[in-house]
Amino acid sequence: MTIQNVMGWRPLVVLSIFWLSLAGVRADAPAPTLEQRVAGLEAYLGNGDPTGALKDEKGTIPDGLTTASVGVAGPGHNAWMMTSAALVLFMTLPGLALFYGGLVRSKNVLSILAQCLGITGLVTILWWAVGYSLVFDDGFKSPILGGLGFTFLKGVTSAPNTNYAYWVSQNVFSMYQMMFAIITPALIIGAIAERIKFSALLLFVGAWMFIVYFPLAHMVWGVNGLMNGVWNAGAAIKAVDFAGGTVVHMSSGWSALVLCMILGKRLGFGKEPMPPHSMVLCMVGTGMLWVGWYGFNAGSAVAADGVAANAFMTTTLATGVAAFVWAVAEYFDKGKASVLGFCSGAVAGLVVVTPAAGFIDASGSIIIGVAAGLVPWFFCTRVKRWFGYDDALDTFGVHAVGGTLGAFLTGVLATVDVNANLALNLKDIVGKTLVAEQCKAIALTLVLSVVGTAVIAFGIKVLMGLRPAAEAEREGLDVSDHEEKGYIY
Amino acid sequence: MALKKIEAIIKPFKLEEVKEALTEAGIEGMTATEVKGFGRQKGHTEIYRGSEYTVDFLPKVKLEIVLPEASVQKAITAILKAAKTGKIGDGKIFVLPLDEVIRIRTEDRGEKAV
Repeated sequence: MTIQNVMGWRPLVVLSIFWLSLAGVRADAPAPTLEQRVAGLEAYLGNGDPTGALKDEKGTIPDGLTTASVGVAGPGHNAWMMTSAALVLFMTLPGLALFYGGLVRSKNVLSILAQCLGITGLVTILWWAVGYSLVFDDGFKSPILGGLGFTFLKGVTSAPNTNYAYWVSQNVFSMYQMMFAIITPALIIGAIAERIKFSALLLFVGAWMFIVYFPLAHMVWGVNGLMNGVWNAGAAIKAVDFAGGTVVHMSSGWSALVLCMILGKRLGFGKEPMPPHSMVLCMVGTGMLWVGWYGFNAGSAVAADGVAANAFMTTTLATGVAAFVWAVAEYFDKGKASVLGFCSGAVAGLVVVTPAAGFIDASGSIIIGVAAGLVPWFFCTRVKRWFGYDDALDTFGVHAVGGTLGAFLTGVLATVDVNANLALNLKDIVGKTLVAEQCKAIALTLVLSVVGTAVIAFGIKVLMGLRPAAEAEREGLDVSDHEEKGYIY
Repeated sequence: MALKKIEAIIKPFKLEEVKEALTEAGIEGMTATEVKGFGRQKGHTEIYRGSEYTVDFLPKVKLEIVLPEASVQKAITAILKAAKTGKIGDGKIFVLPLDEVIRIRTEDRGEKAV
């Protein structure tokens, strides 16, 4: 039954004319043909450009010619991106909070939760004020930093920003990307757990977003970004990073190493036992991270399309394999497979497959899974001991090592077969010299993270100090920084 | 008659068996506490991503039983029978003299209060 049947058609026509005149549509605006309207809908199915069929031979759209598919979000794509945004938030709250929270001693569990919550609030404010604009606007015409066109999310409406997605509302896209901006600094807290003042941490994160994250995210994902090889034909470094191997994992992991060395070791490190207080919470958090990561990786297609479907599969395969391989490595090393080993392997697999998820096939994801089970395992159990740095919860060993490994392997394993977008600007280098471009991106990310973090951390150390008083650290940060206890018996 | 106190350190999973054996031997009350300690058994090693910790203190259960001297032997026999696995770490039994017992509800003293 149509609406006309219910209401009669006459009032609708009158209403339509009224609205059209209000909207300022010229009476002589050309009407789209049925073919053009169908082509707009078909573009929705393939995540294509809905204005494609409206363009004439010169590629311009005749004045006033449009269809109902232009300037609106596609429901399926939008639904998946809202789901993905919620999934990525779920990775931080409570996934990462529990994963890290279970690994610290019980006197510091709330400090981890508070840091995750505090970062979520702080980054939300920064993202609304200027962060989204600095990453995804192009007003500065700069490959390094975005612009100020979207400050306070002005103009960020339910209409798509076609620089990034034809069918996803820009407000949804902006919230989705905000979840990445939240989890990235939250990853850092693993290396510096149990020994940083809450106030110093928030100040560090606030500065770090401006000096490291916003520029890096623009360089990799901004439409005119320096390292956006897939979409920016003029990118100086033609690298690819599907969901954030450089932006999220390398940046947080290398920054974490620098910050943990400037901060120094925990009191009693190497002398007192510092075992996890709850492997159960840690495992629960790991499972949430894994589930949430589908939003992170498959969502990074910014559409519910075939690229997303492929990323969903590669994420699953790499993670399952990595969790198993890490535990097998433990078994051959020490004779026992541990829950923490399975959990660490799962997270390492998720990290390493992140930059690759939308660019590799099933075989590639298995190779990534094996590498992710072995290389970070080696760094966490061997290299850390050789050098003696107190990377408390292995942010460096898993995220920096895993992110770097993933960025490199993406260059080796990426294939046009699973993602036609790779053929847009990169068809001459994929499978050939892409890995060299990846190495350039790795080097730039590493330098920016290390130098940026060192400058900020030394600045805060001089300004207000980074560490709590020794007795506060002994008593635990839950009571000294938050006046709460995690467990009342 | 003199009163005695038995303190027995046993493996936690033996608690139910020991309780039943003591009840069968006519012992009517006891107190059990979860404790940690070590003797010849020493501890075990825990490994978290390559960080090894030696855990010296192992979980044990401490039973406290107050009883007349005449019942001490059958209580000891019951505990030995129920708690022994023959492996290192089975625990110990201590027998101590006791000055006085008072039941709070009735203010009974001595053997009547046991």
